[in-house]
Amino acid sequence: MSNIPENLRYSKDHEWILADGENATIGITDYAQHSLGDVVYIDMPRVGDKFGAHEAFGSVESVKAVSEVFTPIAGEITEVNNGLNDTPEKVNSDPYGDGWFIKIKMENPNGVDAMLSSEEYDEYLAANA
Amino acid sequence: MRYIPNSPDERAEMLESIGLSSADELFRSIPADVQLGRKLNITDPLAEPEVIAALEEMAAKNAAATKPSFLGAGVYSHYSPTIVDHLIQRSEFFTSYTPYQPEISQGTLQYIFEFQTLICQLTGMEVANASMYDGSTAMAEAYLMAQRVTRRNKIVVAASVHPEYRAVARTYTQHGDAEIVEVAFDETSGRLSDLSILDDKTAALVVQSPNFFGCIEDLKALAEAAHAVGALLVVVVTEAISLGLLKSPGACGADIVVGEGQSFGIPMSFGGPHVGLFATQEKFVRQMPGRLCGVAYDKNGNRGFVLTLSTREQHIRREKATSNICTNQGLIALAATIYMEAMGRQGLQEVAEQNAQKAAYAKQKIAAIEGFSIPFSAPTFNEFVVRALRPAADVLEKLRTDNGIIAGLALSKYYERQDTDFLVCVTETSTKTKIDDLVNALSK
Repeated sequence: MSNIPENLRYSKDHEWILADGENATIGITDYAQHSLGDVVYIDMPRVGDKFGAHEAFGSVESVKAVSEVFTPIAGEITEVNNGLNDTPEKVNSDPYGDGWFIKIKMENPNGVDAMLSSEEYDEYLAANA
Repeated sequence: MRYIPNSPDERAEMLESIGLSSADELFRSIPADVQLGRKLNITDPLAEPEVIAALEEMAAKNAAATKPSFLGAGVYSHYSPTIVDHLIQRSEFFTSYTPYQPEISQGTLQYIFEFQTLICQLTGMEVANASMYDGSTAMAEAYLMAQRVTRRNKIVVAASVHPEYRAVARTYTQHGDAEIVEVAFDETSGRLSDLSILDDKTAALVVQSPNFFGCIEDLKALAEAAHAVGALLVVVVTEAISLGLLKSPGACGADIVVGEGQSFGIPMSFGGPHVGLFATQEKFVRQMPGRLCGVAYDKNGNRGFVLTLSTREQHIRREKATSNICTNQGLIALAATIYMEAMGRQGLQEVAEQNAQKAAYAKQKIAAIEGFSIPFSAPTFNEFVVRALRPAADVLEKLRTDNGIIAGLALSKYYERQDTDFLVCVTETSTKTKIDDLVNALSK
């Protein structure tokens, strides 16, 4: 069973988002990190880069594969988790905590409400995974 | 590929099974108006001895590099120990190709790892790839890599970089978004001095050292100038033997070092196949093109070699790969590796010193001849420009016909304003007698 915290919102691309006003923190879900296997590298965007919704903002590389990561919502990058350069394994061990990827300033904070709730994401995984 | 012979009967049977009556019908999808419709315009068959005689007659028209030659300009005459050619002809190596199931080819991966290690040591860089096609395409890849690293598009390249390298890089990158700007060299020193063109849009300053005129660039100053605007310094080395004597580009602050490895035991062969070198700093490794071999240990602690960071590459990353080079110049890189290992540290230093000493002797002698001068004041390695009082092409043609000496390359082909200049290269294969013959011929 994947860990799916109730206080977060989710995308069908397996990113989570934690909104706080117009700011939001984004990472990949426990299900995503488990599917990827041991993460060895994350290619991050730069602070100030702007992305639309569902755009690839970077990529996450595990021992056998490389996958893109998408913005669940449009916004501008305000911070990236540089700590993952040295400890990419945190994506595996703590995907909702120290394993966060980016912080953004959202163009439309209300858009978060349209994303999947923890229950909906759980159902989505049950139906599709 | 297997050899599968077939007889006329078998061919007829195969055609029949697919419903055709002749082999020509296999090509009926080619429109009639683009078919030749007649026999090729070639002579009747010759007996084997006649073919050999005809080819020898043609070959005799070439002014072969076995004549006293002072041609360099990107391809150099160096002595190669016989062990190089002997070892690469082992059948395990000779059908060399970048291995798709790499880890079963431990011997291949080991020599690639040794090649990378030696290139790192010589260039003063932290990582080198398994090789590129040649020096010019390696330079083009450095343009692209600098754009990826800096997220800028302007490439400032010195006009004293090999003109053919600049042309190849321009072709290679023409469909990307690079803005290529050439910067003039100082006409007194022969090297770069005015760098006011560098700005905060510049991805890379690209220089060659020794440059096309043989002049050694002040790499440390160039690195400082590039870094001051947040650009990378790309150093191109066309004469790899110079690395045996000069301070390494890495020690001078280069961010990417690319070059041609032909000087390391590879025949001149009319310009190819040669081998490209590509080295950089570890922090940029994920933006580096090409294959990369690494060391790993198994669960019992045994050393093994692996292809590493393959996720940058096309077969995994598809269109998002760092580069579309997904191979290396296997056999030639092997030859270069054997050369470097056969020569050793001392051997390479000795060859480099011989080149510098002999070239300095020739330069001094030629400078003393009336009617000839050395136009550039910068220090040189094994090549230098000579200025005549009349068109250099005429001077060289006269030496070739009257004395059988290929005295160098007329620069007018690449630099219109340098009509009276020619480039002379002196390596360890140029004996003192040959140099004195050149000096005497020029003195007449």
